Amino acid sequence: MKYAFFPGCSLESTARSFDLSTRAVCRALGIVLEEIPDWTCCGSTPAHATNDSLAVALPVLNLQKAQAAGLPVMVACASCYARLRTANHRVCSEPEDRRSTERITGLPYDGGVEVRHVLDVLVNHLGLDAIRAKVRRPLAGLRVACYYGCLLTRPPEIVAFDNAEHPTCMDELVAAAGAEAVEWPFKTECCGASLSMTHSGVVSRLAHKLLSMAQKAGADCLVVACPLCQVNLDLRQADAAKAHGAFRPTPVLYITQLLGLALGLPLGNLGLDALTVRAEAMFAKRDAGAVGIAGGKS
Amino acid sequence: MKRGDLPGKGEHDMSDPIPWSGGGLLEEVRKRSGTEVGACFQCHKCSTGCPIGPDMDYLPSQIMRLVHLGAEKEVLDSHAIWLCASCEACTARCPMAIDIAGVMDALRIMAIDRRIVLPDSRGKQFHRSFLGSVRRHGRVYEMGMMTAYKLRTFDLFSDVDKVPQMLAQGKLSLLPNRSGDMKQLRETFRRAEEED
Repeated sequence: MKYAFFPGCSLESTARSFDLSTRAVCRALGIVLEEIPDWTCCGSTPAHATNDSLAVALPVLNLQKAQAAGLPVMVACASCYARLRTANHRVCSEPEDRRSTERITGLPYDGGVEVRHVLDVLVNHLGLDAIRAKVRRPLAGLRVACYYGCLLTRPPEIVAFDNAEHPTCMDELVAAAGAEAVEWPFKTECCGASLSMTHSGVVSRLAHKLLSMAQKAGADCLVVACPLCQVNLDLRQADAAKAHGAFRPTPVLYITQLLGLALGLPLGNLGLDALTVRAEAMFAKRDAGAVGIAGGKS
Repeated sequence: MKRGDLPGKGEHDMSDPIPWSGGGLLEEVRKRSGTEVGACFQCHKCSTGCPIGPDMDYLPSQIMRLVHLGAEKEVLDSHAIWLCASCEACTARCPMAIDIAGVMDALRIMAIDRRIVLPDSRGKQFHRSFLGSVRRHGRVYEMGMMTAYKLRTFDLFSDVDKVPQMLAQGKLSLLPNRSGDMKQLRETFRRAEEED
């Protein structure tokens, strides 16, 4: 099982631990990742909000490189994933978009490179049985709220690997890791995404709403699969509590960090030290002996 | 920011309606977004599910109606089109399959093209700073992008308290990570600007 890996800009900076843990989990599960050579930014929201041709051309530059390597693409960042899938959709369904993209990038592209999210690869390509078989340290007793956010499931005709209103793939992974996925109503509500820089008050309001609901549902932590969700819910927790009322600080882990713990991978490979709301206390509170990471070493 | 009254509702009922000013705006938005914005029948499902609705001056369904009415100034001057977080909840749920988030993109691009003086330029300046960073380095260089954004908006101090922690956690780096393939990227930017 081999994929061309598109990390995206966040995975080199704010989401470094998503990069580390994705690579570590894939290695442990036998998924070979070959980073797209000289990949460039997908353009994200700033491209699609200001220049329509650029919003298709920037992702296509990377898809052309993957096509040259002859591999399907795996993406970790939810926003990059949505931009790459949207570019493929446009190139395939609009002949004029294909012509203009080929003109702009200077190279042919037929929209034929398959683009999958790491969740899709884990659940639908590798399969839950293969993951369960490799779980060394089941996270028994841990209650987890799975937060999908916007772009993993929307718009459904473009991303399409899980239900748009009630996705379950992360819940299934959490269960495979031996933890309990709690039912809660805000799985696909938006966290405010890139408004984080421009209108941080809006993001604080949304983060407060999401985190207090997860807490009401009895979650010890949240898991996410998007760099913006993680930053908005983790780094802005103190701001949210100050502006909208106190709640218990809740760790927000990448799903790959949680899986890595269950697979028994070395902690240094999972980037848990980059969490603003640290996870150690949460694990210490549980039966520390069962998981054996309370001391922070392995 | 005051929420705009729905055209034809409340005190605006009969005395001060927004007059229909021809189908020009509707046609332009339809062409740019590639979606049938005219099909909106004001069910307000988009507004009900919009996470940013409470912060907007016009709700998404109101923006759709203003586009029908040709109320170009109200739409292109609005905060709403720049506050939209592109979460696509509206697009996924619209019973008429209108790509409402795509309409918001089209309106932002129109506001830039027409050089509208925005009431709040933070969204536009963020996008500009972000793409400037990509054009220079091939990838986003967060420190450079944040500095450019702060200088453009005179918002020098917000979130500065988080920088030392983010540096310590390795979430920000002092130097850019450059892509090795800058020539093709810069050509792509240049041609995309010519075409758009």
